[in-house]
Amino acid sequence: MTAAAPEPKANMGQPVPRYDAVSKVTGRATYASDMPLANPAYAFLVTSAIAKGRVDSFDVDDARRVRGVIDIVTHENAPKLKESKLFSNGGYAGTTIQPLKSADIAHDGQIIAVVVAESYEAAREAANRVKVGYTAATPSATFDSPGTTTAAAKGQNAMFKEDPKVGDFAKAFQDAEVQLTAAYETPTQHHNPMELFSTSCVWMGDNLVIYEPSQYLYGLKNGVAEQLGIDADKVRVVNPYVGGGFGSRGSMTPRTAIIAGIARRLNRPVKLVPTRDQGFTIATYRAETRHEIRLGASRDGKLVALRHDGAEVSSRPDAYCVGGTKTTTRLYACPNVDSLVSIVRADRNTPGFMRSPPEVPYLFALESAMDELAVKLNMDPVELRRINDTTTEPIGGKPYTSRSLMACFDEAAKAFGWSQRSPAPKSMSDGDWLIGYGCAATCYPTQMAPSAARVRLQRDGRTRVEIAGHEIGTGAYTVIAQTAAERLGVPLEKVSVFMGDTELPPAPVAGGSNSTASTCSAVMMVCDQVRQRLFKAVMPADSLTDRAKETVGMGQTPTAQAARSDRPLDIEKAFDALGVGVVEEYGEWKPDGAPLDSFKAMHSGHARLVGGAAMKDRIAYAFGAEFVEVRVNRFTHEIRSPRLVGAFAAGRIMNPRTARSQLMGGLIWGMSSALLEVTEIDERYARYVNDNLADYLVPVNADVPDVEVILLSEQDDLINPAGAKGLGELANVGTNAAICNAIYHATGQRIRKLPVRLENIEV
Amino acid sequence: MRPFQYQRASDASAAVQALGAAAGNNSPLTQATAQPLAGGTTLIDLMKLDVMRPAAIVDINPLAQGWSAIEPGSDGLRLGALARMSDVAAHDEIQRFYPVIANSLKLAASAQLRNMATLGGNVMQRTRCSYFRDVSHDNCNKRHPGSGCAAMEGVNRMHAVLGTSDQCIATYPGDFAQALIALDATVEITGRSGIRSMPFADLHKAPGNSPDIETTLQPGELISAFAVPGRWPRSVYLKARDRQSYEFALSSAAIALDVQDGVIRDARVALGGVATVPWRAHDAEALLKGQKFNDDMAERAADAAFAGAVGRRHNSFKIALGKRVVARALQQAAMMEI
Repeated sequence: MTAAAPEPKANMGQPVPRYDAVSKVTGRATYASDMPLANPAYAFLVTSAIAKGRVDSFDVDDARRVRGVIDIVTHENAPKLKESKLFSNGGYAGTTIQPLKSADIAHDGQIIAVVVAESYEAAREAANRVKVGYTAATPSATFDSPGTTTAAAKGQNAMFKEDPKVGDFAKAFQDAEVQLTAAYETPTQHHNPMELFSTSCVWMGDNLVIYEPSQYLYGLKNGVAEQLGIDADKVRVVNPYVGGGFGSRGSMTPRTAIIAGIARRLNRPVKLVPTRDQGFTIATYRAETRHEIRLGASRDGKLVALRHDGAEVSSRPDAYCVGGTKTTTRLYACPNVDSLVSIVRADRNTPGFMRSPPEVPYLFALESAMDELAVKLNMDPVELRRINDTTTEPIGGKPYTSRSLMACFDEAAKAFGWSQRSPAPKSMSDGDWLIGYGCAATCYPTQMAPSAARVRLQRDGRTRVEIAGHEIGTGAYTVIAQTAAERLGVPLEKVSVFMGDTELPPAPVAGGSNSTASTCSAVMMVCDQVRQRLFKAVMPADSLTDRAKETVGMGQTPTAQAARSDRPLDIEKAFDALGVGVVEEYGEWKPDGAPLDSFKAMHSGHARLVGGAAMKDRIAYAFGAEFVEVRVNRFTHEIRSPRLVGAFAAGRIMNPRTARSQLMGGLIWGMSSALLEVTEIDERYARYVNDNLADYLVPVNADVPDVEVILLSEQDDLINPAGAKGLGELANVGTNAAICNAIYHATGQRIRKLPVRLENIEV
Repeated sequence: MRPFQYQRASDASAAVQALGAAAGNNSPLTQATAQPLAGGTTLIDLMKLDVMRPAAIVDINPLAQGWSAIEPGSDGLRLGALARMSDVAAHDEIQRFYPVIANSLKLAASAQLRNMATLGGNVMQRTRCSYFRDVSHDNCNKRHPGSGCAAMEGVNRMHAVLGTSDQCIATYPGDFAQALIALDATVEITGRSGIRSMPFADLHKAPGNSPDIETTLQPGELISAFAVPGRWPRSVYLKARDRQSYEFALSSAAIALDVQDGVIRDARVALGGVATVPWRAHDAEALLKGQKFNDDMAERAADAAFAGAVGRRHNSFKIALGKRVVARALQQAAMMEI
């Protein structure tokens, strides 16, 4: 075993290498824009240079003269498309701002024309030659910009149901022995997945095939069908690999139906590969947020009052919000809690999911405030968490299905060397560098959604698993193959997994970290159906089937049977008894508490996630603890974080190798979020300025020399059949606060606004 | 990107002929219809962004054989303009006798870029001003003289505090040029009428009223070499930036000292990341010369280096930062064990 492939502990699968590793590193994996097309036309987008106003005129003469230009599509001649509602209002779209519908411009970088040509180069050159006349109005860019409007999230966003509260916050806060009030801010951020927001649309008669990186194939299929006014059965989305998503590909963007409409009109495949900077405005982003936290505690550190007010920016027409108070009001024991989330409307593109959407900004605020409270109490911040640890959440009194928060703190603290920390700020240094240690809790809701799967087992053990799941880089092919191999008792190398195609049984959105739990639970159920058929062939009478349950362990995995030396099912004998060469089963699985319309919604591309804080009788979260070392240069004030340690518990770890990889990526992402990433907005124009990977900084290897991930053993039988909690969005949550807490320790300076840059340090 | 003609120059005279012949009109070098291609790390980017639209590209890589020598001598150094950044940075004698040069190159860009980029192209690198690089902003005096400057009141954290004008505050982004200007380098220029030399300090032009004119190089001229007099083993390049590698300087200092018997006989101070052009801080040098080094003097020299600095909304921090960088770099140079 190596660091990359940790030794499995109890309730962990094997750290098998990725199914797709070789094809990815050798460039053989086919991403959407790699798909060969017959005689495609190439589209290039023209996007608006203003954020508010209208297009007065297009001068396309110069553009049309470029050799190879086929068409220039503007609002005057665009294919007519039906509107799609926002996903949170029962639709599919990540924005209701539909470009090319009229001359109106609602945000910077809105699509205002599409140039179609015989080559990418001609399309791009012609797009550069399109001259646009505008009437510009003064846009409202962000918080504090004149012209924005603010209102409570509750009532305008159907997915934000309530502002959690319990007890009497005002009185408890007023009476508290120790009080803390602090305001925090997080910036605009963009996902910047490696793969661009490409799409290719190919019509075959009335049938449309879309090649596009998507985190929700069935959502895209149904959404595009709705916009085109055709039956969803006629739309197929193909996407075996996604070059990163991070939430940006979870809901439909306007580009797809536009390109599909153009392809239909041209009667020819059309391929669009937008540029990096266009990705900043034709998809979604993490909106900037503001927070006020008020904490009241007794001298011994017990929280008696907690209030979290959050404000988030959204677009004019869409009330997107992440509303992370559902998590922050339930994380610690506290009898008096209040909260309020507001949405500020500005002239921006609609924001959307970005890795741990609610938890990243809201936990940054809460976990920074907890550290500030620990300082006020003169208490070790780890001990403050221990004092307020709880097995039931305070708002509804529901029990956590499992919660290993303090075990994570203790393991990570030990590995990090927390006991070596001298608590006083500015008390540790190494040459030119001030050293700070900081920590924070991290958590993410355990969510599940209905999923289907088809499993086909041959007499020789070869197995084919089909599910329209998404390989967004997490290792989905690998853990699904492991699940099927284990459940059927066949060797892993005999299992083939097919994903990324809407011809396959529907899987939920690859969002909310629900994929592994949902798809693996479905695959397990269908594998059991396969085994059931084989059992019944061997022991046809019902009474014998009951006996088989005991003697050959029906309902157990073959591995578990072997461990108990129970007699496993002889597959070949069962096939002979059944008299067939192949057994194939299809099944649809839904989690406990899933709404009645779950399966219908699953087929029509609506995600019905359940879990987290939204369950009736319990609450399910994965937890972790993160410790960071920060170094601040006395002279340049440069801030580096050379050491990150995280310990995490997330139920069954399906594959320690892929789990570690996701968590390591999460820690790095979190460090990046704390110190580097911000989309700069020119407030005069409401335009993004650093819309490229040279100016939008993400870490390089030299920034992260030492990252350690510790996986804790945890068993949770109350969440889903797989026993797995999602962990893809777990590790990047706590890091923001941990870094700022370490900066405080290094410098004595509390910084409440991200990202922290050298000019914010006053040593 | 727009279509362009590609020609491969067989030798230096063919290259300057091709570049000069296309010049024709009186436009500044950056707008010339023919542009030389060496590593391509800036030019190709700017063409993709539609900022530069040359009709012809003259590939000068065939000149590398004669133009990429690294020649350290006892009384000075000569560097061919087509030497790759990584080769110069890794050269033993450069590291030993010119640490400021080696480190300015090593701390620039990424390993991949340093393997491609040439010294000549590096000093000609154009600004990273976001508004300059995004043609959807109409107001850029560098691209369209007289159109205004979006950065002046915009997002200007990366912009310059020295050498600015009311027309342009774009930062000169490079590192190597600070070392050259500090060491009194000369630049050798090959043109249609032969070879001329001038102080490197005369190559770049502050924006003034014509930010579109960035250098004194003329269409049809190519940098063929750099010459650095003397040896400067007591020299450092200190670079402060947002991340540990592959990032431009928020502030940097190229320092070279000649200390004998505890007395500073000669001092060189140049500043990067803070000025519109490679920036020599003569006033700081004057304070240091003939003195015995101490920390207080380093701070006074740093103050002098930024005496005329003008900060704006997001970049005022660079003045205080730049002073600390200069002072620290002076300390580091003074403490070097030669």
